[in-house]
Amino acid sequence: MKPLVRNERFMRLAMPMAIGIVALVLWQAAVTAFNVPKYIVPAPSLVLQTLLADRALLFHSLFVTLEITFAAFVCALVVGTLLAFFFVQSRLIEISLFPYAVLLQVTPIVAIAPLIIIWVKQPMAGLVICATLVALFPIIANTTLGLRSVNPGLANLFRMNKATRLQTLLRLRIPSALPYFFGGARISSGLALIGAVVAEFVAGSGGMGSGLAYQILQAGYQLNIPRLFAALVLITVTGVLLFSLMVLLSKLALGNWHESELGAE
Amino acid sequence: MLNPLPRLAHETPVVEVLSAEKTYPDGTRALDPVNLTVRDGDFITLLGPSGCGKSTLLKMIAGLMEPSDGRLRWWRQGAQALGTQGRKLVFVFQDPTLMPWARVRANVRLPLELQKTAKQEAERRVDEALALVGLESFDRHYPRQLSGGMQMRASIARALVTEPNLLLMDEPFGALDEITRNKLDADLIDLWWKRGLTVIFVTHSIYEAVFLSTRVAVMAPRPGSIREVIEIEEPHPRTEAFRVTQRFAAYCKELTELLRQ
Repeated sequence: MKPLVRNERFMRLAMPMAIGIVALVLWQAAVTAFNVPKYIVPAPSLVLQTLLADRALLFHSLFVTLEITFAAFVCALVVGTLLAFFFVQSRLIEISLFPYAVLLQVTPIVAIAPLIIIWVKQPMAGLVICATLVALFPIIANTTLGLRSVNPGLANLFRMNKATRLQTLLRLRIPSALPYFFGGARISSGLALIGAVVAEFVAGSGGMGSGLAYQILQAGYQLNIPRLFAALVLITVTGVLLFSLMVLLSKLALGNWHESELGAE
Repeated sequence: MLNPLPRLAHETPVVEVLSAEKTYPDGTRALDPVNLTVRDGDFITLLGPSGCGKSTLLKMIAGLMEPSDGRLRWWRQGAQALGTQGRKLVFVFQDPTLMPWARVRANVRLPLELQKTAKQEAERRVDEALALVGLESFDRHYPRQLSGGMQMRASIARALVTEPNLLLMDEPFGALDEITRNKLDADLIDLWWKRGLTVIFVTHSIYEAVFLSTRVAVMAPRPGSIREVIEIEEPHPRTEAFRVTQRFAAYCKELTELLRQ
């Protein structure tokens, strides 16, 4: 058997975990050694304790944030893909509208979130709209690029075989666009979570008042720093899990053929 | 077996290029007026250096490009009759241009699916085409799992599956190493012979032109034109042995001199 150090898959998991453990141990040691008060930096052990003690509260909040995130992500996927299909219908449509997609991307959500939350009466809908706006651009940009990135030889082949528009779309354009689409979705999944948290932050008590960002705000006001950290840990872990889920989906969809998902052979 | 050429003399010409010329919109003169008649069962090679208009001529024959002046006829008909029964032409590109997300079988089946051929009939023809190019045991592979030569075979199978009357090939083996290319040349000539195909083949390799063709159209560059059409009077079926004969060397010499003028 190969020694584990030479096993790429083992090392891929083991090395980041080892670094994480070392960092946690150093953190714990530093807090103990310098006697850092828990309202400045809590020790990892205390964060874990708080996470367990406040689990009912925190996991309820996590569920709320997840709800916003998933709703926003799905909206971004649907709206982004539809817009991309619309954009590639004609060059004129794309050059007329694409700058506005960019405008959407560069407008800081923190600045417009209060407006959206005022305009939209239903608080949940307001939050989802904010998070969707954050997550939308990578889907539009990548899917548009993907739908345009058709191998010219294959396009010729379809034309010479008198393929209909629908056949070309289903059998050529969509498969060609998939790798780009998944690249966009991967970025977008993380952005949906960030968008959800930012929107909750901005909405504060004016929003739903129960997501993870709300818990962070409240914990901050009450100087309950361990709970703030515990909520932060939950957000981070959720982000990583979301990203991994997208990686997995992309592997399932493209694993057989696309370079990005093929191991070194 | 007899050489198939004599029986063809009376039949309808497959392609007639009648003083066709091409000037691109930017003013580039790609092709001076060209005349060429392709008969049923011909294996014609367009041979010349880059810039001699051989790809332009092939694209016009494929109906992918209109001549600026002059005209083309296919089976004594205009371009609108192309694709109807008995008038099918198919184009094999320089690259294999396979769909990377589809297995070899699905790639070969594509033209039949686009034409909505009945499923059972389609599967039968796919099996037949794969067998013709020797890929029957690779039908479940993805293109990336095949070598360059095998990818090209899959591309040829996809062309043959439509049972074309005319096969147009634009430097199909240009990107392959010489050993693989020789093997594919030998298989192609075998296929042409057995299936009674008509082939128009573009290449810049003199050896390939001599080995494959019944006739070689030697082209000259700037602007492109046909300098001469040489008959290669070697009987078929040809084998690899032809490559090392005096006759082969003599034809190569003749073509080399024509190209140098």
